[in-house]
Formats: sequence, structure tokens, C-alpha cells
Amino acid sequence: MTEQLNMLEAIRSTLRAEMERDDGVIVYGQDVGRNGGVFRATQGLIDDYPGQIYDAPVAESGIVGMGVGLAAHGLTPVPEIQFSGFMHQAFAQIQQHAARLRSRSRGTMNCPMTIRAPSGGGIRALEHHSESFEAGYAHTPGLQIAYPSSPADAKGLLAASIRNPDPVIFLEPTRLYRAVSGEVPEEEHLVPFGEANVVEEGEDITVVAWGAMRRETQRAANNADADVELIDPRTIVPLDEETILDSVRKTGRCVVVHEAPKTAGMAAEITARINDEALMYLEAPVERVTGYDVPFPLYAREEDYLPDPERIRSGIERAVEY
Amino acid sequence: MPRERAAEFTIDHVQVLDESGEADEDLVPNLSEEELLDLYRNMKRARRFDTRAIALQRRGEIGTIAPAIGQEAVQVASATALSEADWMVPSFRESAAYLTRGIDPHLLLWYAMGMEEGAEVPEGEHTMPPSIAVGAQTLHGAGLGWGQAITDDDAASLVFFGDGASSEGDAYEAFNMAGVFDAHTVFLCQNNRYAISVPTENQTRAETIAQKAIAGGIDGIQVDGNDVLGTYKVVTEALEQARQGNPILVEALTYRQSMHTTADDPSVYRTPEEEAEWEERDPIDRYEDYLRSEGVLDDETVAEIEEDVETELEAAIERAREGEKEVVPAEMFDHVFDELPQSLRKQRDEFRREEVDHD
Repeated sequence: MTEQLNMLEAIRSTLRAEMERDDGVIVYGQDVGRNGGVFRATQGLIDDYPGQIYDAPVAESGIVGMGVGLAAHGLTPVPEIQFSGFMHQAFAQIQQHAARLRSRSRGTMNCPMTIRAPSGGGIRALEHHSESFEAGYAHTPGLQIAYPSSPADAKGLLAASIRNPDPVIFLEPTRLYRAVSGEVPEEEHLVPFGEANVVEEGEDITVVAWGAMRRETQRAANNADADVELIDPRTIVPLDEETILDSVRKTGRCVVVHEAPKTAGMAAEITARINDEALMYLEAPVERVTGYDVPFPLYAREEDYLPDPERIRSGIERAVEY
Repeated sequence: MPRERAAEFTIDHVQVLDESGEADEDLVPNLSEEELLDLYRNMKRARRFDTRAIALQRRGEIGTIAPAIGQEAVQVASATALSEADWMVPSFRESAAYLTRGIDPHLLLWYAMGMEEGAEVPEGEHTMPPSIAVGAQTLHGAGLGWGQAITDDDAASLVFFGDGASSEGDAYEAFNMAGVFDAHTVFLCQNNRYAISVPTENQTRAETIAQKAIAGGIDGIQVDGNDVLGTYKVVTEALEQARQGNPILVEALTYRQSMHTTADDPSVYRTPEEEAEWEERDPIDRYEDYLRSEGVLDDETVAEIEEDVETELEAAIERAREGEKEVVPAEMFDHVFDELPQSLRKQRDEFRREEVDHD
């Protein structure tokens, strides 16, 4: 059985189900309690699970650092950071402690924390509300990163994150929260980490895109003069390298799309892995269609900054015509 | 009335044993002779451990360490006050507390030798690994205490940090959030007067560190941290209070007699006169005087304890040296994730191949 849900509804129902399944799942963050979260992801949950959901002070480092302690106590913290642009305040706790608790204790302790945060631009928000920093977390050993692009994946990846014994950065594409609805399984639904979704099969070119960029890429693919194979990795760490490489071996061409800045972004990493493992199959250099190496602009310029179907289509055509 | 008092606060200071070893009999905690001797024994163990560790570092046998010489009273008293169910959350200068909690001394040496094996937390043991980042662990202690509140756990968490850490935002966030969530947390500031070279008076304009609790809405109290009985009493009461969901900040006034770490030279920033003055207030000497005057300790017992300490330490150093040969470099891949992702498996295989090639 499935139901038609948008991404926020899928996230909310998953949080509900996971709190119901395990009373050690503790949801907390700024405004997540009575207010139900600024995007309403946790709306109504406090009434049913008052002992498992808490409003937290405005203190990102505190929220994540407290999670390390909750995890050490044997609970499963699921904090929300209101916008991923403010997760930098907590980066020290994420990088120095959450990600390292397992290795520092030689595997005798772990930190099964899922840090949820809205991510990415396109919602005409204030400064620091549009960042997409997955590459920074990917550069941090010990973290796993999920970045869903559909309501069903949001449910399946979130449930898998909460049950993951390692810390997970769970980035939710803000502009897709309400923009897309889709069929979501009503029963328990788990999307394993490290298994990419081949969204569309094609013969001419492989395009890798995640989060909000998957939708833009689908639009571009529909108008491009090429038979596109669209791959959504769903988790950035671990990355399903095999699915991407197999596809590139078939098509001989690849475009990686993300809205984060270009330099040292995940597209660079994926390109390097293709060079390592599938260089001889390439018929064109791997194209990167990404944000620019500028601070995420205020909203008057965000449309110019963000890759759109037009830019993605140009990237695809450059690779195909090379 | 245009202006009236909105709130008023005071900070108490506690001392049970004065600097000459005289006790305030009304305040002496109720401890058996054996317990009194244990406090002494653990302080002696810790002092000797740190002096030997400094010597081992000077000889190149171990890496950089942060000795706790001078801070034995506060650490031994606090660790003694903890029950097994309570959590201890150390920073990076807690050799005395670790030893008192029953951690084998060779593990501390392993950590100093650069072996993660030394930070391994045995299953079921409620002690966190060291936190090198200044002040970050205050939040872990707050989180543990919050977890204890959520699960109605009849235990508390005690987190060690220093006067320097009290300048970090994380410390304030920890006091504040512990208060908000009724965490079972005791924040124990070892005010040892220096954050590397910066003295407390340049660290903060606050008259006490304890009063930093007030901004977080939790209690603050100050104790003479070179007074093992006073610290034991205050921390025991603080733990009781924390177990009821009332977190508290205890500031223990002490002095770091040695260097910040073995990479540091305190003669650059403090005077021999100041150091001599604090040696006069040495926590072990003071307590020894008290025990002797109470008839609990004599020359013979002191000699016995010193001999036991020496024997234990020799064995630990021997064990540590043996351990050095046990390092398996490829193990650095083993504890990054519960399950090794494919890309990391590849890197491990590559590492092993290179290791074989180099052999």
C-alpha cells in the first residue's frame, strides 16, 4: 500500500513511526516541539510523544554536542538544525566528536545520531539559509550523508539513518519539501545506504544528480538531445560508486550536477573516481554543472547561481558533442 | 520606582582542611579510615605516575602529555565521589581521576604513546575517552546528564574542564542546556590558574568561574581544590543534587604545579616565587599532615604505600612498552564505521598491499 505524500509529510510520518518503534529515539531542536518546526516537519508529534521530543535553545553546537552525550547514554538522538547553513556552528562537535566517538573509543562506543537539516537554495531565503555543504561532511571520516530527492526516498533513507549505528548528516532539499508529492509506502520502508537509484535508463550519457538537482536534471534530460541515464546516489557517503561506474562504462560520458560550489565539490570527487576506474571508457571529459565558487548569493541572484535545466542541458550537450 | 534590584546571587566558598592541615571538624565528611587512606594512596599514585610519565616523555618513550601535578586532590576526590553508575567525562589532564576510577595506568601510557588502544572504553564502563578540544566535552557531560534525566536514571554525570574552557561558547551552552533539560550533570571546573600561559585574571573579568553558572540558571559553588576532604564533600553533595535533576557548576581552586603539557615551559610566564607559594599549599602534603595528626598515617604506612605505588608503576610501564609492539597499522580503518564502506575497504586493501611491498 502506498499513500500520496510530499517530502515533509513523509519525514513527519517517518519520525512518528521511528519514535513509536523505539522509545529511545529522541527528537529535538529549535522550535521542533510546540511549533512543529519552522517547516512543520515535526508538527503534532509532541502531543503523542512528549517524552521523546524537545524544544532546544538556539545553540547549534549545544544541540549536536548534547547528542554525543545522549548517544553515549544509549539513546538515539535525532536533532534538527533549523537550516544547514547554521550547522557550521556545530561543525566542531560534528567533526571532532560525533564522527570520532567510534574510532576514539576503538569501536566500543558509537554515535547513532541523525542530524536533520534543510539544505540547498531556491526558496528566496535569508543569508545562510541556502547552503549545500555535503562535500564538507564527506571530507570528514566517520560521517554518513543522506540527501533524498523524493518523498519515498526521504522516508526510506530517514528510517535507515535513525537505525544506522553511525552518525548521519541528513540533508533535506528545502525547495522540494512541498514542491513534489509522490507515492510513499505506508508500511515500513528502508532504503539501504550506498545504493543509488537509477532514475532513468539511457544509452548516451550518465548524469549524476541528487537532492533538488535531481528534479532540475530530469527537466533538462527531457529537453536534451540525448538519451540520458540519470543516477541519484541517494547517499553521498557511502557512495554507490559501482552503479555510477557501470553506467559510465556503458555510456562513455558523464555529467555531475550539484548546487554546491564547484571547487572541491562532490563532482570533483566523482570525476576522480571515474578517472581511477573507468578512464579508458570515457569518450569525453566528465562535465561538472555546479554552483559557482562564490558565497551563496542573496535571493535576487540565486536563480543565476543555481544550476537550472538550461545549464544542465548545455552540460549534457557539451559532453555528448565533445 | 525607576530602578530596583531584579535578581541577586552569591557564590559560596568551601574549605574543610586549611593550608596547615587543620580540619573544620563540623564539615569533615564521614569516611572510614580505609577510605581516608584510599584518598591518600590515589593522590600518591597519581603524583608518581605523572612524574614518571614526564621522565618517560623526556626520554622519548612517550609523546606529549598534560600532567596533573598539583591537581590530585580535586581529581581524586571527585572520582572517589562517583558511583560506578555515574559517568565521568574527562578533558585531557585527568590522569589522577582516571587512575582513581580504576583505569589501568598502562592504558594512559598507551594513549600517550599515540595508541588509540589506550582510549578504549571497556564495555559497560561509564568513562568517556579524553577530549582534546578545549571545552567541547562539557556538552557531552550535559547530554549524558540529559539522557539520565530522560530515562529516569538514578545516576549523574561529572564533567571535568578547566578555567580556559570556561571561555568557550560550548561551556556556556552546556550550563544553559543542562539547566533547561534538568540534566543530572555536575560541571567540575578545575581552575588551575592558567590556560597554557594566560592567567585566570586575563581569562575572564568574572570574580569566580562558579558564577558563570548563574547565567545558565544553575547553581554555582566554589571549593578549595587543594583540599581533598572539602572537594570530596562538595562534589558528593553536588552529585546528589544533580541526580535530582538540578545541575551544578563546582569551581575547584587549585594550581597546575607543572607545565601545561610537556611541550610547554612555564618559566616564561610565571615566577619561581609564585610556584613556591603554591607548593606550600600542596594538596598531598596538607592531607598527609592531617592524616598523621589523626593517627591514620605513620612513616611505616607511607613507606608501604610508596612501595606499592612503585611496584604497580613498574609493571604498568613494562606492560606499556610491550604494547608498543602490538600496534597493527591497518586497524586505523577498523573503527571509522560500523561497516566499512566499499571505498574505504579499497583504501585498506591498497594500504595492506603497500605495507607488504615495503616489508
